Amino acid sequence: MTQPVLEAEGLIKTFGPVVGLAGVDIQLYPGEVLAVIGDNGAGKSTLIKCLSGAMVPDGGSMKVDGRVVSFSSTQEAREAGIETVYQTLAVAPALDIASNLFLARERRRPGPLGSVLRMLDTSGMKRDAKRHIDELGISTLQNISQSVETLSGGQRQAVAVARAAAFGGKVVILDEPTAALGVRETGQVLRLIRDLRDRGLAIILISHNMPNVFEVADRIHIQRLGRSAGVITPESHTPAEAVAIMTGAVTLETSGDVTAASE
Amino acid sequence: MTRVAEPETAEEVLGQKKTLGRQVHGVLHRMPALSPLIVLVAAGVVFGLANPRFFLPGNLSIILQQASIVGALAVGQTLVILTAGIDLSIGAVMVLSSLVMAKLVKDGAVPGPVALLIGFAVAVLAGALNGFLVTRIKLPPFIVTLGTLSIFTAGTLIYAQGQTISLPANTFLTWTGSTIAIGSFNLTVGVIMMLVLYVVFAYALKQTAWGKHLYATGDDPEASGLAGIRTNRVLLSAYVVAGAVIGIGAWILVGRINGADPNAGVNANLESITAVVIGGTSLFGGRGAVVGSLIGALIVQVFDNGLALAGVDPNYQVLAVGVLVLLAVGADQWIRSVKS
Ligand SMILES: Nc1ncnc2c1ncn2[C@@H]1O[C@H](COP(=O)(O)OP(=O)(O)OP(=O)(O)O)[C@@H](O)[C@H]1O
Ligand SMILES: [Mg+2]
Repeated sequence: MTQPVLEAEGLIKTFGPVVGLAGVDIQLYPGEVLAVIGDNGAGKSTLIKCLSGAMVPDGGSMKVDGRVVSFSSTQEAREAGIETVYQTLAVAPALDIASNLFLARERRRPGPLGSVLRMLDTSGMKRDAKRHIDELGISTLQNISQSVETLSGGQRQAVAVARAAAFGGKVVILDEPTAALGVRETGQVLRLIRDLRDRGLAIILISHNMPNVFEVADRIHIQRLGRSAGVITPESHTPAEAVAIMTGAVTLETSGDVTAASE
Repeated sequence: MTRVAEPETAEEVLGQKKTLGRQVHGVLHRMPALSPLIVLVAAGVVFGLANPRFFLPGNLSIILQQASIVGALAVGQTLVILTAGIDLSIGAVMVLSSLVMAKLVKDGAVPGPVALLIGFAVAVLAGALNGFLVTRIKLPPFIVTLGTLSIFTAGTLIYAQGQTISLPANTFLTWTGSTIAIGSFNLTVGVIMMLVLYVVFAYALKQTAWGKHLYATGDDPEASGLAGIRTNRVLLSAYVVAGAVIGIGAWILVGRINGADPNAGVNANLESITAVVIGGTSLFGGRGAVVGSLIGALIVQVFDNGLALAGVDPNYQVLAVGVLVLLAVGADQWIRSVKS
């Protein structure tokens, strides 16, 4: 069996009395799309924040390619090849699209201009930003020098997705990347997710949209009340069953019995 | 059913229809120093018409010299305000630093360059203290610098023992006050240093990653942190670099008054904030251009000078500056509110 590119065991995260994660296991394999579903407050965002270095878990362990890691910043996770699109998007509104795409990994000009004067390769970064945006097929973003706050919610989301995709190392995590998107843009993001998977990247997709999840996911991790309620596949269960597990109407075991019995 | 071209999204349709308000907004967003520049030019024209002596090179150089101290401090203040902070202690640090420089030379017989370095280090340490309290103890910058303002002011008065210190002209420390005449236009070394500060920081803010991170951190610290910026380091650097700028301001001050006076620059704290705000930098952080602060500092001096030449009661200058501050804050509010 192949080794997971990213795995976590017994992740715990509490916020004072509030339990965000109560011991969660998760495995992500190369070249797969793992969807994470769960009700509001189930701990999905907390889980991916721990995986991406935005939060330090109170307990549990994490491995990348089998090696134990612990991230104290998103920068460290990125260096390990984990890119994330946060639910809040994490874009700086007053900065332009290109600056946001390259935020915290700006490229300097070659030669003494870059090494001595630390001058940024602004035109080069703009060019590449344009290319990444075009690759994503987001035709509605015309001007790469436009500030992000002048964009619609969907366009902003596209910028955040483009940033993760552009630098995708091993793992791309997307926290509700299609929440503010129209039908066409959603289709584009789903296509992009498949493209990334076909390039061999591993994807974690958090979404409340069951049709999308069942369309694109290889496996589905169900999160419930800070715990993992089980892992299913689009083949093994129906969306209705997934929702039933998610809301606690049934457990994975009993739903499995139902599936087995109905077969 | 025949397939037509892909339907345009609402954004595409709306995006093409740019209202005048949106266009003005776009321009002001890209060039925050534009409106203060217009004010400066308009004020110049009006004062020039009121009294032709306004445009004499001698008079213009006086305006520049008068703006040199606040102009220099406003560079440091801009850095801090861009991070959505504020530094109320900036003038007090300058006075303390200038006093250390002058006193070391006068009473301690320390060589000028060494005194300069020590005074400079005092300013940097003061900035570092502000930055430490803001980033580590997580206190609001307004409160931190309100506290350090008192501490540094008291430190200055205790250290000075009521003395003012005068130094001879044309020594190392007072070199900043020596004039360089271009025709009848008298620049001082201090004015040139102040202008160089603007060039350096206009470059650093626009062309380096540090500048980008400063803007991003001031704009949205949480998003910047998630994007991978070490926001605490950026914040700390803003206060420390502001301290270094204040140290240079202190040197300019020593040259301008040929020594040090514990009561000099009592208004410099607020004047530097005024210059930054009139210059179009947002008090909410993340928006603005350092050159705007130079324009802001000049506007204040131009009103001062022009109204005096026009024979108008100088109290109107104070009134005009107050109105400009409110207009600038109003414009910023509008720029930040118009969003998609
Ligand atoms: N920074 C925080 N401080 C305090 N409590 C938090 C914090 N972040 C998350 N929580 C709590 O942890 C729990 C899990 O939240 P989380 O954001 O992970 O849920 P989620 O599954 O992403 O929900 P949604 O579908 O609404 O995005 C919730 O009860 C939430 O209130
Ligand atoms: Mg969430």
